[in-house]
Amino acid sequence: MANKIINFLSFCGLTWFIPFVRLCAGENPKDQVRDIITVIGIPIIAILIFLGFWSFTAAQIKTSLGNLPGPVAVMESGRTLMDEHAAERTKEQAFYERQEQRNAKKLAKNPGAEVKIRKYTGKPTYIDQIGTSLFTVFTGFLIASLIAVPIGVICGLNKYVMTAFNPLIQIFKPVSPLAWLPIVTMVVSALYTTTDGWFEKSFITSAITVALCSLWPSLINTALGVASIDKDYINVAKVLKLGFFEKIFKIVLPASLPYIFTGLRISLGVGWMVLIAAEMLAQNPGLGKFVWDEFQNGSSHSLARILVAVFTIGLIGFMLDRIMVVFQKFVSFGQDVVSA
Amino acid sequence: MAFLELKNVSKGYGHGHDRVDVLKDISMSIDEGEFVAIIGFSGSGKTTLISLISGLIEPDEGEILLNGKPITGPGPDRGVVFQNYSLLPWLTVEGNVALAVNEVFKDWDAERRHEQVLQYVEMVNLTPALQKRPSELSGGMRQRVSVARALAMNPQILLLDEPLSALDALTRGTLQTEIEKIWRNDKKTVILITNDVDEGIILADRIIPLNPGPNATLGPQFDINIDRPRDLNQLNDDDVYKKLKPEIVEYMLEIGDKSASETTLGDLELPDIQPKDLRLKLA
Repeated sequence: MANKIINFLSFCGLTWFIPFVRLCAGENPKDQVRDIITVIGIPIIAILIFLGFWSFTAAQIKTSLGNLPGPVAVMESGRTLMDEHAAERTKEQAFYERQEQRNAKKLAKNPGAEVKIRKYTGKPTYIDQIGTSLFTVFTGFLIASLIAVPIGVICGLNKYVMTAFNPLIQIFKPVSPLAWLPIVTMVVSALYTTTDGWFEKSFITSAITVALCSLWPSLINTALGVASIDKDYINVAKVLKLGFFEKIFKIVLPASLPYIFTGLRISLGVGWMVLIAAEMLAQNPGLGKFVWDEFQNGSSHSLARILVAVFTIGLIGFMLDRIMVVFQKFVSFGQDVVSA
Repeated sequence: MAFLELKNVSKGYGHGHDRVDVLKDISMSIDEGEFVAIIGFSGSGKTTLISLISGLIEPDEGEILLNGKPITGPGPDRGVVFQNYSLLPWLTVEGNVALAVNEVFKDWDAERRHEQVLQYVEMVNLTPALQKRPSELSGGMRQRVSVARALAMNPQILLLDEPLSALDALTRGTLQTEIEKIWRNDKKTVILITNDVDEGIILADRIIPLNPGPNATLGPQFDINIDRPRDLNQLNDDDVYKKLKPEIVEYMLEIGDKSASETTLGDLELPDIQPKDLRLKLA
């Protein structure tokens, strides 16, 4: 039982909790306490030192929006944002309830009356914005993966294709999202002219910019993974006389999955980083826009609220990375995965 | 007509100055149902020879005939057991064998293919490990899966490329016995590549030494007329064995020495250093 939990935790990269499980299972308490002190104590001390340094320095820096906020101010802002979210939700619920009551009254008076439920149009809360950001980054990441993995496989299989693609990859890889954005915006405006309201233009622009910037690591890693498949596996395919697509799906893709997922993991990280910049400029209602709006707003709370966003972005990025590590381990079949 | 025939086969790698001729003018013929062991030093071109027969590489000169027809590429009629197992790590034991069976016997129905898989996994005594992945198996078990995969394709000829060289001595002994048993039941043509004289003597009808490369050629063959089943423990008292083993070993050592003396250092300048005292100072 304890071993199963430990395996699961180390599989997910949650190594912090392993000593606690061991302690509960009754393994040598002295060792476990020492482990707890090293894996948890040291990071906590480091964080405390950082917080102290931060609050000391922040107090020294005066901006036009007041002092740079320290940890306490940021914590309070975070709480305010959550309260605002809760308040907005209550308002929304009340709005729908009022409509329903009104509709019920209308129907009681005249059973044939046409009733409508109007959508709530309040401003998005912080949580909504996080949701939008996540949805946008996953859309962009999905587009990037759908382009990068097939091209990467073809590049890895054929060195002439690789030679052909290589200069393009090398040139486009370092381009900043900020350079792509105006072009993407114009192209999206020109091509996406329907008004069916399925997607906002700002959402499409952000997602495509994310895709353009994050597809390169996946492409390069997939190509590398496919090119470095163990020659024995290819020999197996040859001896069995597998057809082209059978070879791809039964040998090439499974064999290069660890590499592909390493690439996807880097891509998702890059995508998340790029997304904030893209949302700022494209005005997609996510965390990027939140930061930008707070900056433009310029109230005495703005800096603290932006710092809340900074930590949110960091934590979500960290979580996304952990999720990808789990996938990566899942497809590595006993080979080691670097999870740093 | 011989079952498998190699006619003046040569193979080298590279071009110009970097060219290395691995095999030179190899000719041999193997009859159906025969178990032939090819013994050679590391680097003498054994794997090149088996790759040629399996069709993974093509000879520069000469031709290889199977049943009178030239070999043009790899195919499931020649089952290969590779030196490093080459099992697919993402598939289970069953999956690895099934991949081969499903590919070779496409026209069979699913049930019959499944039975074929189970039969050959059982043959190598791995039924309990059917659902395990290669990373959960020991080296010997992996090699048995590899043998099962090759045999399940029902090949005309089985090519074993140093299948046991990565295993410990005990496992090697068990697997030798197992391979011999399978061969006796199946009477398949087998070519075994090995660097172990004893392994050749236990398993094969005929041992052919491969003289060390570059330009490796085949040496004189040794017929092994020892009754089967051969028991490793009783072998030491067998008269044929007692005569044959020193003969083969002597021949191997001779060609080994010859090749070592042929590889000269050239005009390499050696440092003018004399060791003064090689004893350890203990005090």
